[in-house]
Amino acid sequence: MWPYLFVLPAVVAMGFGFVFPLVSVVRNSLYAGTFYQIQYVGLGNFRALVDDNVFVHSLTNNLRLLLTVPVMTVLALLIAVVLHDGVRAWRVHRSAVFLPYILPAAGIGLAFGALLQFNGALNQALRVLHLGFLAQDWLGSPRLAIWSVGGVVVWQQLGFGVVVFLAALLSLPNEVVEAARVDGASWWQIQTQVQIPQLRSTIEFFVVTEAITVLSWVFTYVYVVTGGGPANSSSVMEFYIWRNGFAQGSVGLANAAAVVVLVLAAVLIVVYLRLRRAPENPGGVL
Amino acid sequence: MWRQVLLIAVTIAALAPLSFMLLTSLKTPQDYAEHPLGLPSSPTLSNYVSALTEVPTLRWAVNSLAVTVVAVLVSSTIAALAAYAVAFGRFRGRSIVLSSAIGFIMVPPVVLLLPMFVVMVNLHLVNRLWSVMLFYSCLLVPFAMFFLVNFFQSVPRELIEASVMDGAGPLRTLRSVVLPLSRPALVTIAVVNAVWAWNELLVALVFLQDESQRTLMAGLTLLQGRYVSNQPLVLSVAVLSIVPVAVFYLFTQRSFVRGLTAGMGK
Repeated sequence: MWPYLFVLPAVVAMGFGFVFPLVSVVRNSLYAGTFYQIQYVGLGNFRALVDDNVFVHSLTNNLRLLLTVPVMTVLALLIAVVLHDGVRAWRVHRSAVFLPYILPAAGIGLAFGALLQFNGALNQALRVLHLGFLAQDWLGSPRLAIWSVGGVVVWQQLGFGVVVFLAALLSLPNEVVEAARVDGASWWQIQTQVQIPQLRSTIEFFVVTEAITVLSWVFTYVYVVTGGGPANSSSVMEFYIWRNGFAQGSVGLANAAAVVVLVLAAVLIVVYLRLRRAPENPGGVL
Repeated sequence: MWRQVLLIAVTIAALAPLSFMLLTSLKTPQDYAEHPLGLPSSPTLSNYVSALTEVPTLRWAVNSLAVTVVAVLVSSTIAALAAYAVAFGRFRGRSIVLSSAIGFIMVPPVVLLLPMFVVMVNLHLVNRLWSVMLFYSCLLVPFAMFFLVNFFQSVPRELIEASVMDGAGPLRTLRSVVLPLSRPALVTIAVVNAVWAWNELLVALVFLQDESQRTLMAGLTLLQGRYVSNQPLVLSVAVLSIVPVAVFYLFTQRSFVRGLTAGMGK
């Protein structure tokens, strides 16, 4: 009997915090109106979403942010293999690279919001370095703003990749590398042909996790760094949901957009769970 | 050689925005307007004085702390009980409970936000810290449970059996055998979840709209619009929001690494 009592609070918490809202949001996406007065519209909200340029643009921006994933993966792998070589003071470098990842994105975002102003510190620094031609209106240009957000995402999330890859490298057996070295393999050959292939499941984990992140966990960056602007040009789906649901009262659209986010995230979550169960990745629930 | 250069460049890139923040917070608005880059011409703590007197920074920090402590304690307790049942008990639905927890870890909060807001309106909890405490506590359960199940499974079964033979009930076995052996895991989960709760913005922004009820992150975003021409003041509050996390990180770095690499299997 006792196991049921022990899991009960967790089942209640997950039922209240996950199952109930997931079911509600799907059901509510078929209704229009305010929080208090609703009307069944079938798939009408979804049709309205497709016709709403701001939504399509927000979705496109999320997809653009997906490009940060390969960038982060390659950079993080490179930094991790270099750190793993036992370069002087590697622990200090690891701590510094990881630090941004755990800091609050809201606080960091404010700093970047100031740093990236047209007359801000970044452009000033570029001019001082005689690279003034690279100076841009990072946040004020509708074309650039989302990429500036992407830059902040890379800056903050990179350390996560480095730590995860480094941990995986440290768990690899040393003998293979020694054997390759005896056979006369160069440093690059050892990294790209021996070490990195062994990180395959870790790389997959990181790619899927970051893909979920840039599709559905970037609200704070957009809200704080660009406010979705200029003129919605850097809006993402989460920002669209927040604006329609809480600032403009178009709850039906917001619910439908939330279902779109859910479907995209669910696809990736399923991929992620599959990867975990892959035969190369034994260990029961892991 | 190039490796050392690469690492130094990466470290500078990681720390530069943070030092910009810190240096700006020590400038007067005029000084910042003239020289956004570089050292303050005459460093001043006046922004920090304003941050603590003109802005309700302390109030927000206390709110954040309260939310964080409650969410971590409640979610860890719930998760520890469930993880013990999943790891050592036999019951119907065991694998469903565990696999739903694993699936929920990655569910983005924005998807849950609209229905939860309606619930909070109906419970009259909007603008009260309880709304955020309640929702955070639920959101943190899946990862905490998943993490603890993995750790509990490494506790030798003989110890559990011995404790049961001595006549200890499940609650006592959990408290006096399993939890003491799981201290590193409990610390890890508390650390990772505490930082998550302290840093969270979206839920707090929606549930807590009154100025005095905000958490530090939700409060910070108010300042942005209010002090457009006083970046140094805004960034001094931002620094104050970051310092607790950075200090915490210095002391708990190892737990972080353990917590974050837990998700990836092997």
